[in-house]
Parts: sequence; C-alpha cells; structure tokens
Amino acid sequence: MWEYTGKVKDHFLNPRNVGVVENADGIGEVGSLACGDALKLSFKLGSDNKIEDVKFQTFGCASAIASSSVLTEMLKGMTLEEAEKVSNEDIAEALGGLPREKMHCSVMGRDALEKAISNFRGQEAKKADGQIVCDCFGVTDKEIHRVVKEHNLSSIEEVTNYVKAGGGCQKCHADIQEILDSYKGDVKPKPAPLTNIRKIQLIQETLEREVRPTLKQDGGDIELVDVDGDKVLVRLQGRCSSCQASQATLKGHVEAKLRELVVDTLVVEEV
Amino acid sequence: MDTIYLDNNATTMTAPEVLQEMLPYFSELYGNPSSMHSFGGQVAEKIREARAKVAKLIGASPDEILFTSCGTESDSTAVMAALNAHPEKKHIVTTKVEHPAIKSLVEHLGTKGYRTTFVPVDAKGDLDLEFLFDSLDDDTAIVSIMWANNETGTIFPIEEIAAQVKKRGIVFHTDAVQAVGKIPLDMANSSVDMLSISGHKLHGPKGVGALYIRKGTKFSPMLIGGHQEKGRRAGTENTASIIGLGKAAELAAKNMAKENLQVAALRDRLEKGLLEKIPNARINGNPDSRLPNTTNISFEYVEGEAILLMMNELGICASSGSACTSGSLEPSHVLRAMGVPFTCAHGSIRFSLSIYNTQEEIDFVIEKLPPVIQRLRDMSPFWADRPQ
Repeated sequence: MWEYTGKVKDHFLNPRNVGVVENADGIGEVGSLACGDALKLSFKLGSDNKIEDVKFQTFGCASAIASSSVLTEMLKGMTLEEAEKVSNEDIAEALGGLPREKMHCSVMGRDALEKAISNFRGQEAKKADGQIVCDCFGVTDKEIHRVVKEHNLSSIEEVTNYVKAGGGCQKCHADIQEILDSYKGDVKPKPAPLTNIRKIQLIQETLEREVRPTLKQDGGDIELVDVDGDKVLVRLQGRCSSCQASQATLKGHVEAKLRELVVDTLVVEEV
Repeated sequence: MDTIYLDNNATTMTAPEVLQEMLPYFSELYGNPSSMHSFGGQVAEKIREARAKVAKLIGASPDEILFTSCGTESDSTAVMAALNAHPEKKHIVTTKVEHPAIKSLVEHLGTKGYRTTFVPVDAKGDLDLEFLFDSLDDDTAIVSIMWANNETGTIFPIEEIAAQVKKRGIVFHTDAVQAVGKIPLDMANSSVDMLSISGHKLHGPKGVGALYIRKGTKFSPMLIGGHQEKGRRAGTENTASIIGLGKAAELAAKNMAKENLQVAALRDRLEKGLLEKIPNARINGNPDSRLPNTTNISFEYVEGEAILLMMNELGICASSGSACTSGSLEPSHVLRAMGVPFTCAHGSIRFSLSIYNTQEEIDFVIEKLPPVIQRLRDMSPFWADRPQ
C-alpha cells in the first residue's frame, strides 16, 4: 500500500471543490482514460481579478484526487499571475509530500492549471508537439526534454515518476535514456562542500523559511536540536508531535526540503 | 463489522486447525527431522504424514512431493530443472497472463539466450491453443502454464494441453497455486510433469510450498548441500510450516466439494448484487470456467486504487488490477492481454472469497460499494459525458 500523508488522505476522502464552475472563465483538461488519470479544472475570476471560484473533476488514484483538491484550495484568492507560478512541487508540498512514484499526479494539476489559464487568455494551449516517445501514455520527446531540464532528472525512473513515460511496456526506455544522456553535459556541477558552520546556517534558514510556516499552518512546529555530519536531529512540536503521519512529514517534507536546498545527503531524524 | 477480507487469492487466513497442528513444532517438538534419535524422528514422521496428505490432495504419490519455501521457488525449481535436464534446448513456452513468478523468470531467461513464447488469450481470458501448439518445436525445453489465473480465476484446460505437450516429448509444468485446494486435481491420471503448490493460498502458513515432480522426470536441485528431500532440496526442513501445509491439504481434500458450493454461492451473490446496483460494470474472465471463489469486476470511469482505498475505509479488503496499486503504471497485464478496454481496465477490482466469508459480509459489500463507486464517478470528468 502506498504511504500517504494525512493531508493526502484527507483531501482524497474529503475532496474540496468538486465539480465544474458555472460560466467558467477558464477550463483546462489534461490526461485520458487510457493514461489512467485525467483532470478537468475550471475557474471564475471575481471583480478584483482574483480567482473567486475554482473546481475540479478527476479520474484517477487517491493522490490524483488529493492533488486536484489541494490545488483548488491554493488557487482561491490568487491572481492569474500568482497562479501561474504554482509549481507541481508546490502542490506536492501542500499535501505534505507525495510518494515519488506519484509525482505525475501533481504535474497533472500544474498542467491543467496552465491550460485553464491559456484558455482564459484565448491563447491556444501549448500543443504537445514533438515526436511521441512513449506510446503507452502518449508522451512526446519535447515533454520529456522539458521535465528533465526543469527538474534536473537523471534516470528513467524519475522521468516515469514525473510524466509517466516509460511506465508501461518499457519499449521506449532506450529513447528516454538517449534524451537523458543529451543532458549529461548540462548537469549542474556539484557545489564545493559546505563548511560545517555554513551548513548549519543553511539548515536553520531553510527550516525557518520553508518548513516551519507549513507546519504552523497545521498547528505544529519543529525545533532544530543538533547537526551531526549529515544527520539533522529535530524535535517535532505542537500537533506534529502527536501526528500519526509525522514520519511522512519528516521524510517527505522536512528532509526533502533540506536535501533540495542544503545538501542532498542530509538525513533527518526525530529525537 | 471489522475487517471483511475478500483478497484470498493474495493470501488466506491460516486455518485454526492448521495453526493448532503447527504449534507444538515451534516449542516442545523442535527436533531436527534428519537426526538419528527419536526426538527428531517423531518430527520426521509428521513430515512423512504431511507429504502423504499433500500427495493425496492432488492424486500423487508421496515420493513425488518436494517441499519448498513457496510457490515461486516451486516454479523456479521446475523451470530450471527442465532447462538443466535438456541443455541443448533453448525454447520456453508460457502465457501472457502468468503470475510474475513465471512471467518474470521467463522474461529474465529471454535475456540469457533462451527463446521465449508467450501465448496470448482472448477476451474471456481463454488461451489460444492453436497458437500454443503451433509454437512447439524440437527446441522446446518446457511449457509452463498456470492452472487457474490469479486475477480472473479463469481455469485453463491443463489436462488437454499437458497431453498434447507430452506427445511431443516436452516437459510440462503448471503453476497451480490458485487451483490446488479449490478444484479437484488428479496427477495419477494426468500428463503434467511438475506442479507448483503454495501453502498460504489454501489456508496453510506462508513460507512453505511444494512441487509435484512426476516419477521419472529429469530433475536437478536448485539448493545443493545436505541430503534433505532425497537430495532434491538441501536445507533443514521448515518443519512446522510443512506440517501446517499437510493439515491444510487434509482439510481441503475433505471439505473441497462442500466448501466450493458455499463459496461459489457467496461469490455469485456478490457479483449479482453489485451488477444489479452498479451500472457500467462488467465481469472479466470466463464465467463458465472459473475458480469458485474469484470474480473480477470492472467499474467503468473510475480508477481502481481510489476504489480500494475507499473500501479500505469501510474495512473491506480486495485487490485491484489497476496500475496505481502495483507500482507500475499500466493496468494489469492480464486484463490488457485480454483486450479489456482502458475504460474498464483501470477500474477493475478482484474479489476473492474463502470459506470464512459470510453472507452478512457479502451483503455489507453489496450495500456499501455502490455509493463509493457513485461518489468517485460523480468526481470523474468522464462519467457525465459517457456514451449512452
């Protein structure tokens, strides 16, 4: 069974904003029955040009439904310029993290949003141009190039997690590998190793800026206790300390953030 | 109501009688069956009894039964034994709908210099026998075909296939882990050379299996070391589990006919109730040739994992052929091989029952599942726009 955070379960079992907005200003549809997941997102702007109402319809698994639901909550009250900046990582983060095999569910949310905004502006939605690489899920080489570049992906498995390509019959693995290989020269060089003091500073800054605000929204908090090499010792507080999904929060959110923004070898442990 | 367990093709509850039979061999009766003293000898005697019981269940002779650690080991042992016995032959035939225990093994062997043929099935899940027989040639070392499919319950005509394969002088193996204990099998009047059994699929414990090896079949062991199992599998016996498997086999042989009627009646009640209450639902598999405990139902326009998790909230355990639950992204290879359309394949649920299920449980599912499906359909962009 997949390990879902409490937030994923909550949004799956109690989805918010299901349906289609009447007289919608923008509608975005992505996915298909063949792919196993699909999302229709519709929104209406208020007189202040902020998103007043937004609804979704999703065919898909628990994380697809939860991603759609949490996205609609995030979008309410945003201007379209703000909405455009919502990334799939933001969606996953708002859910307290998604299993890496399910990242494509958050990508679907971002893609539907992009299409809905294009629809509102009367722009033709970006066509999935390029050559189909993955026949099973209809993914083109351009889409694969885009996610590899945007997310600095380095393996076929990661590509599958993001856009599903390669997750079916696997005949396209050689083609995906070729695309990955074409970026090998572009892989960002590893930064010089951090000094201990700089590492601890960065950990503290990241916890303050990226982690604590999210936990506080749920009535929880986190305290940095110590840093021992790559081991980051923390103490969860408030609601987080008694939350059944605290391990998922620690690994899926706190550790992921620290690895992304400080050093990718950090391991977070609760004391 | 706590847990309603309808996932018996994944694993079964260890029967209380089986557990009782096993318990002393975890505590006071801990002797090694290979020992010369009587303390170990009494354990060896119980293993002999277990072997006889397993043999009786499938109409075999006790010395044709080799105990293993699981169904997968039995499958691997059978295939590798056949290949080792005929090193000059490089062709393996199996089906597109096998359990990964065979499918993955044969795919792996395909990368190691063996030629492989995967026999297709039709929309009902029945094998293309003409394709199968046409694929055999002098290079074929083994044909391995499951007796009953774990996802749809479809039963294959194994006796007929084995007889044809044997006429060509080719070794025939069947992965029968879903069939043993559910349908009568009689190896004495069969052409099957090797047959795999798994303990936990018939109310025995996990971690034990058996391989039937017809007398005279060329065999080479996978585990080499001690002389256990007549040198066919080294390693001290998993005594308690073997004794448990023996008891499970004894119970199955005694109760199979009566229990089949009871389980099939519950299965049919479930199927009828769900199909009556839920539109756009269909049965996958051949309803005329199917295990008595299994039904695989597709609910169009919804996705299997979402159904399973909502059922889980109600305490109902089943299984899904959907991609999301398997770690892969494509729907069940079995349903895809049958050509089940995507509209159905993603939303397929396997219910597999046992003698421990009750009518009350089935009625609970019939009452609770339709609103779950409707709820998910109301959320689905395809439901309102479905073709009428």
